[in-house]
Amino acid sequence: MSDNRRISAIAAPLNIANLDTDQIMPKQFLRRIDKANLDKGLLWDLRFDAESRPRREFVLNKQEFAATGILIGGANFGCGSSREHAVWGLRQYGIQAIIAPSFGEIFYSNAMNNGLLAVALPEKAATDLMTEALRSPIPLHVEIDIEMLTVRSPTHESPFFLSDRHRRMFLENIDMIDASLALENEIRKFARDHWASQPWLRDVAARTKEYLDTR
Amino acid sequence: MTLARWPSAGPKPSTLYQKLIASHSIATLDEQNVLLFCDLHVMNEYTSPQAFAGLHARSSAVLMPRQNMATVSHIIPTHPVTHRVILDPASALQAINLKRNCDRHGITLFDTNDAMQGIEHIVAPEHGMIRPGMVVICGDSHTTTYGALGALGFGIGTSEVEHVLATQTLVYRLARDMRICVDGILPPGTTSKDLILMIISRIGAQGARGYVVEFSGTAIQSLSVEARLTLCNMAVEAGARGALIAPDAVTIRYVLERAPDIIGTVKDRALLHWASLRSDSTSTFDAEYRFDAGEVVPYVTWGTSPDQAIPVTAAVPFAEGPHQRDIEQALEYTRLTSGRSMEGLPVQHVFIGSCTNARIEDLRAAADIVKGRRVSPTLRAMVVPGSGAVKAQAESEGIAQILIDAGFEWRQPGCSMCLAMNGEVLAEGIRCASTTNRNFEGRQGRGAITHLMSPAMAAAAALTGYITDVRKLAKANRV
Repeated sequence: MSDNRRISAIAAPLNIANLDTDQIMPKQFLRRIDKANLDKGLLWDLRFDAESRPRREFVLNKQEFAATGILIGGANFGCGSSREHAVWGLRQYGIQAIIAPSFGEIFYSNAMNNGLLAVALPEKAATDLMTEALRSPIPLHVEIDIEMLTVRSPTHESPFFLSDRHRRMFLENIDMIDASLALENEIRKFARDHWASQPWLRDVAARTKEYLDTR
Repeated sequence: MTLARWPSAGPKPSTLYQKLIASHSIATLDEQNVLLFCDLHVMNEYTSPQAFAGLHARSSAVLMPRQNMATVSHIIPTHPVTHRVILDPASALQAINLKRNCDRHGITLFDTNDAMQGIEHIVAPEHGMIRPGMVVICGDSHTTTYGALGALGFGIGTSEVEHVLATQTLVYRLARDMRICVDGILPPGTTSKDLILMIISRIGAQGARGYVVEFSGTAIQSLSVEARLTLCNMAVEAGARGALIAPDAVTIRYVLERAPDIIGTVKDRALLHWASLRSDSTSTFDAEYRFDAGEVVPYVTWGTSPDQAIPVTAAVPFAEGPHQRDIEQALEYTRLTSGRSMEGLPVQHVFIGSCTNARIEDLRAAADIVKGRRVSPTLRAMVVPGSGAVKAQAESEGIAQILIDAGFEWRQPGCSMCLAMNGEVLAEGIRCASTTNRNFEGRQGRGAITHLMSPAMAAAAALTGYITDVRKLAKANRV
């Protein structure tokens, strides 16, 4: 049972440090102009062998993990490429949250912008949870409380940090672009002043190309 | 995540990073976030389509189209043909779609057959679009490159691309300040690529996570702008949210040579402003490192993360210590045995290219090593210039001919085998000496093995057929 205040689901351990977004969503799935079908590409090389047959030993391919909604990852989860396709793929696959000791910075922002909760647990708590998940004879059930900012498993409970902004984004489903566009007058005024003091920054892209084309 | 304490609670901006944020903050949204004005937004064909689609779905316009530009870079095949055609239907659609979006909104585009087309992070600086004191963003993690010119550059996701298109701003979470000071002189046979690989290997793939890194010191000052671009480009491989080098005479000369509009009184004002773009002598940083450039030797990666790098003279590490499991996993993928030396490891492919190392100085360095020699018949060697301008320059200098005569393929510009999404992909088990930035599992092809190194080192590997210390070949050249 999950709602926007609480995520409660089976958590699958992915004990890999620096799991980069190339692995989460490989290159061959980045060629579309929409967001469709990215769940198919998720963790492709880990889920499937060279002949596209499921690797039976991989955690997400095990029947008891079919309903996985949370991933427990290693340090620097989602490092590397900025591709938001990784986050879209995770969401489409049914992942609602990732718990890890740390995240790649761009991945973290991408996750928050798509309602994928990135839970950065303190190092020790993250290690304990990973160990518990790896040792558990049955899939671990984990509950994340976004109001109280806690992660709870059968034997552990840990608080986690989430900025007020991200917490509100999650709980209230704020449209960031609308919120920023409410400041359109301020943005335009800022730009006028900015360009008055640094005129060489105005229209820099367009003017450069126009110069190149007439050269 | 990382909490920065400025500007809401902290003192007056004093580091270069803080000054850049202060001069671009339209509003303080809360303790950790500001609404940040973006001077230049750079786009490519694969991380922007869904952003434009989102913009169209909400019937929004692009707020300031003339501060935006795009290139076709990632999906474009680099076969040496004059008129370039993208055969893969999905990739062709991405290019068509990018043109449609740019035309619709009046955004500058370096299209498939534009003479100046190339990798975004090579095209933007080489034509003077990157100027000190700017904030530049792009849906690509290697946007940190622009710090080399004293501009704060960083990568964003597609949701943020949409946000920038609609508002020319970002909701920006403040980073912490790190300074990496490098004094001394880089020894012969080494480059800023070796320096950054050494730094990443020492501080780790998340050693700078949460920080904007300012590089300083005498070694940095003596680097060319292109060498600085390489350095800042790979700062993201240590997890950095940005990289910066304070603009100096080297920077200013580079920019002014490429910016015909900065003349007369505008130039005077620009010079005055750029002189203020440095950290105050009293600045404090949240973290500091010091390195001695004299310790740098040619570096190569042995594993599947850019921090798994060692001197070419060293042996593959043993799986022990706190990272035992990571080392085991990496060695299994790269098919290497602990204790064997990197020197003499056969490669089947050499790739010289990417936003890290496909500028004219990189190609000159490769040509210097290659001149009058032949590529080993045991491998395939490719050079993919970073842009149409780099390609033309290399051809006019005779560098292209040196590389072609030696047996390199001389190809059209693009990202190509750095991330291998344009169909140029390595087969399982192929080992590649590569001037790129990521040796991740599967990055250049499923089961393919990437060894990151400098262009000179990659050129040396192309000649011998195995990874070798370029200083040996360079010495032979001088005799």
